[in-house]
Amino acid sequence: MSWTTVCKFTDLVADTGVCALHEGQQVAIFLEKSEQKVYAISNHDPIGKANVLSRGLIADVKGVFTVASPLYKQHFVLATGECLEEPEHSVKAFEVRVQDGEVQLANS
Amino acid sequence: MATKQKIIVVGNGMVGHKFIDNLIHHPDYENFEVVTFSEEPRLAYDRVGLSYYFAGKTADDLMLTSGDYYDEHGVRFIVKDKVITIDKAAKTITTASGRVESYDKLVLATGSFPFVPPIPGKDQDHCLVYRTIEDLEAITASSKVSKTGVVVGGGLLGLEAANALTNLGVDTHVVEFAPRLMAVQLDEGGGTLLRNKIENLGVGVHTEKNTKEIVAGETSRYRMNFADGSFLETDMILFSAGIRPQDELARQFDLEIGERGGIVVNDSCQTSDENIYAIGECALWQGRIFGLVAPGYTMAKVAVSHLTGGDEEFKGADMSTKLKLLGIDVASIGDCHGRTEGSLSYTYSDDKAEVYKRLVVSPDNKKIIGAVLVGDVEAYSTMLPMMLEGMDIPGSPEAMILPTTEGAPALGVDALPDSAMICSCHDVTKGDLVEAIQGGCHELGDLKSCTKAGTGCGGCAAMVGQVLNNELGKLGIEVNTDLCEHFEYSRKELFDIVRSKDINTFDELIESHGTGRGCEICKPTIGSMLATKNNEYVLTDDNISLQDTNDIFLGNMQRDGTYSVVPRIAGGEIKPEQLIVLGEIGRDFNLYTKITGGQRIDFFGAQLHELPVIWERLVNAGFETGQAYGKSLRTVKSCVGSTWCRYGMLDSVSMAVNLELRYKGLRSPHKFKMGVSGCTRECAEAQGKDIGVIATDKGWNLYVCGNGGMKPRHADLFASDLDDETLIKYIDRVVMFYCHTADRLQRTSVWMDNLEGGVEYLKEVVIDDKLNIGASLEADMQKVIDTYECEWKATINNPERLKRFAHFINSDATDDNLAYVELRGQEKGRIMTDDERERAAKGEEIIVTEV
Ligand code: SRM
Ligand SMILES: Cc1cc2nc3c(=O)[nH]c(=O)nc-3n(C[C@H](O)[C@H](O)[C@H](O)COP(=O)(O)OP(=O)(O)OC[C@H]3O[C@@H](n4cnc5c(N)ncnc54)[C@H](O)[C@@H]3O)c2cc1C
Ligand code: SF4
Ligand code: FES
Repeated sequence: MSWTTVCKFTDLVADTGVCALHEGQQVAIFLEKSEQKVYAISNHDPIGKANVLSRGLIADVKGVFTVASPLYKQHFVLATGECLEEPEHSVKAFEVRVQDGEVQLANS
Repeated sequence: MATKQKIIVVGNGMVGHKFIDNLIHHPDYENFEVVTFSEEPRLAYDRVGLSYYFAGKTADDLMLTSGDYYDEHGVRFIVKDKVITIDKAAKTITTASGRVESYDKLVLATGSFPFVPPIPGKDQDHCLVYRTIEDLEAITASSKVSKTGVVVGGGLLGLEAANALTNLGVDTHVVEFAPRLMAVQLDEGGGTLLRNKIENLGVGVHTEKNTKEIVAGETSRYRMNFADGSFLETDMILFSAGIRPQDELARQFDLEIGERGGIVVNDSCQTSDENIYAIGECALWQGRIFGLVAPGYTMAKVAVSHLTGGDEEFKGADMSTKLKLLGIDVASIGDCHGRTEGSLSYTYSDDKAEVYKRLVVSPDNKKIIGAVLVGDVEAYSTMLPMMLEGMDIPGSPEAMILPTTEGAPALGVDALPDSAMICSCHDVTKGDLVEAIQGGCHELGDLKSCTKAGTGCGGCAAMVGQVLNNELGKLGIEVNTDLCEHFEYSRKELFDIVRSKDINTFDELIESHGTGRGCEICKPTIGSMLATKNNEYVLTDDNISLQDTNDIFLGNMQRDGTYSVVPRIAGGEIKPEQLIVLGEIGRDFNLYTKITGGQRIDFFGAQLHELPVIWERLVNAGFETGQAYGKSLRTVKSCVGSTWCRYGMLDSVSMAVNLELRYKGLRSPHKFKMGVSGCTRECAEAQGKDIGVIATDKGWNLYVCGNGGMKPRHADLFASDLDDETLIKYIDRVVMFYCHTADRLQRTSVWMDNLEGGVEYLKEVVIDDKLNIGASLEADMQKVIDTYECEWKATINNPERLKRFAHFINSDATDDNLAYVELRGQEKGRIMTDDERERAAKGEEIIVTEV
């Protein structure tokens, strides 16, 4: 598998997200603070129909880390992209890793 | 189908309307046809709350019903037409305008009229009474051309009238025939203390004065000569020497009346003619007239029951009262004079605290039969139900009036039977409350609006709250005030923890008092609390992840993911050069521009990467963030006030600017707004704001907890004629107390509706400093004021933070999902359709037309 670096690990602020452009797609990347783990899902909110998920709040829903959409607050699971309230509106999750201080997304 | 019974209700006062309303809600209502006549020019209004007229309520605010409501239920009504004859044999009535109407049953609800003693000179222009809205209009007009005023009569209503006169700025005196004030309700000790307190407020009290005549005055308009040879000069006179039942019709058309007036009724409220009922203040039952609204409401219920074949009976009524007169708490229960044979009494008085209490108990020392309370009436809500229900006094009687908190019998509301009357203004029993609670009213605000309990004089609000909590506990409904799954505390409790333990980060708090990692509910709530407490920059590494949608980029996110930009324009005051700068910025960034409802300018459609550039231009031109995105102070709306307006009493613009600059930046449980008007015309709509300030000729009137929005609420008058300093002190305290105690996303209006004890309690906390927290509330506010910095200015100067203001972390490209259409010469944002988005992804060019 090949990887593309999108930013430095230090560009991430704990418990918030950023958006990266990767292979023409908008990807929301989050750093969860307690586990210091990086997640990546699509930036497109299929309910509000806007590219905003990276700007949502990270919410722990019964132990599962999600992002609450900044528009109408539905929760998307960081690990899978699943939408908890409206599963038919789940989004894509991306493979992401941190290598030598760099955040990388898997190429297709 | 049987023909309908036709009922005529003479008089559409509080009781007449209650009768009609009860009938409307009766299951057999369809069998009745109702017609009502009112001598006054309007349908029923809240006479009990009449004095609120002087606190800024309008006739419309006081209405208890409306023509629409009557129309909807087929009630015919005729206002400004007096019924003048009754033909009992033909069963018809005639009105002053000559209208003749037949009836099957006639209901007299004609109320009473103020008694004016037959003193020579009583009929002059500035000799007035206090009963109707028209009376109050006349009083207001007279007060404008009067320096001094005398109220004749030192009873309940007289003192209420005296209060109104002082509020109108008239130098007020009370003249009473008896040796003390409120002779009916108070004993000597209570009356004396009340007198001292009232005199301390600057109101002259003259007892044992019998007015002989009213003649032209030397220094004032009139001179009142008293039987003892003394006199008093005054510009206006208000008679409040008691009421007389309006029994004119009964007198003339041969219905039995009492020796001293009043239409005689039986236990079913029928008069001596079985087809005619009398209810309310005009009715005489067992030789008694009831001058309060609650017994009248009971009569209305009894009459409806009798007409519809029920068997409810009127059994008399309790005349206990609790009220605030000229700001002094007074209560009287049952046999307060200890006239019952063999009764024992206990007295407690404290000259320093100005408290007087007397308890009258049964000869066996077991039951309460009466009480007088002045200065401290807390025991009223415990004593009254104990007396009404004939309960035994728990423990020793003296403990009921002694100020010790220990060992005082705290009688839980649980001990009360369902029949116990909780709200006498609206005739709501404990049973009624319990039923409503079981039916789903689980919040104080809901319970009040669905039962009306606590919405009259407000005296029962604390009891209503106790019943609610008690019942919820019994239903096993734990009043879940937990903030969310991560914190088993309410916002108020968490605020106390944060303050007392000096906790300064979310992590510290969740580790010590919560579980898990937090969510979109607790993070912003705690972020806001920490901001109220410390007023730190909201985008530090610790704070940033707590910020909700808008705060995290210091702008309001729009539906397409772009932002709005709202600079502060304090008080709505703006220099022409600043307007030009704003115009240039709107033009250069092609932003859709609109004047907001909050007297400022909003730019829409700014993309994330444009925000810092736009704000840099704004900050350089001297603008600050307007925090339109924060749960914080929004705008202080102002009218032009005395700087230009010919009616302006004070400089409302300067005050609005001062207030806006003082409280800008304060994060609060929800957004809050203020308004300052230069006079009572209220062009700034201050009474619809969380904090409203209105200039008078003597200072500022402060209103609190108003709301526009989803559920409008008029603000409550909180204090009158304040100087600048006191005004600001009170606002500091009210707002900070709100920040400490409100629930998350609770506007001040809802906070107030759920505050046990309501506005009176808030006055005790803020004005009387009952909790002894005034100074610390002010200090907390001062800290916020001293540490203010413009968040946008701080952000522009922080390159690390600015990195976040780009759509992509790894590209200068912008969001390709935005589309615009033209609207009246500006661009309006819209969301791409799914189809367009797919085509755009394939690299097709999208030509946008209106969808
Ligand atoms: C821009 C403006 C409408 C306009 O074009 O005039 C506006 C726009 C919004 N209002 Fe408002 N309100 C605006 C004046 C008002 C007013 C009038 C006023 O302030 O005098 C009211 C009624 C008064 C009041 O608040 O009591 C008002 C009552 C609301 C409410 C209902 C609050 C309530 O208690 O019921 C909401 C919803 C909320 O806050 O939960 C709301 C929410 C909003 C939001 C924040 C909705 C949202 O979450 O996106 C809108 C964001 C605007 C933006 O992106 O900048 N807006 N909103 C006005 C901005 C005023 C300003 O200069 O800051
Ligand atoms: C300033 C003030 C404060 C008060 N405070 C309190 C309080 O705190 N608590 C309390 O319990 N009570 C209080 N009261 C008393 C309370 O207002 C009365 O008990 C209540 O209004 C009585 O209702 P009612 O319908 O019998 O009479 P009203 O409300 O007086 O209504 C009678 C109506 O009938 C009309 N009418 C009379 N004759 C005719 C006719 N022939 N044809 C057509 N219409 C006619 C009158 O114009 C009037 O509109 C207060 C009263 C006042 C004035
Ligand atoms: S509220 Fe009064 S002072 Fe202010 S503009 Fe209106 S009329 Fe003038
Ligand atoms: S007793 Fe007056 S409002 Fe309830």
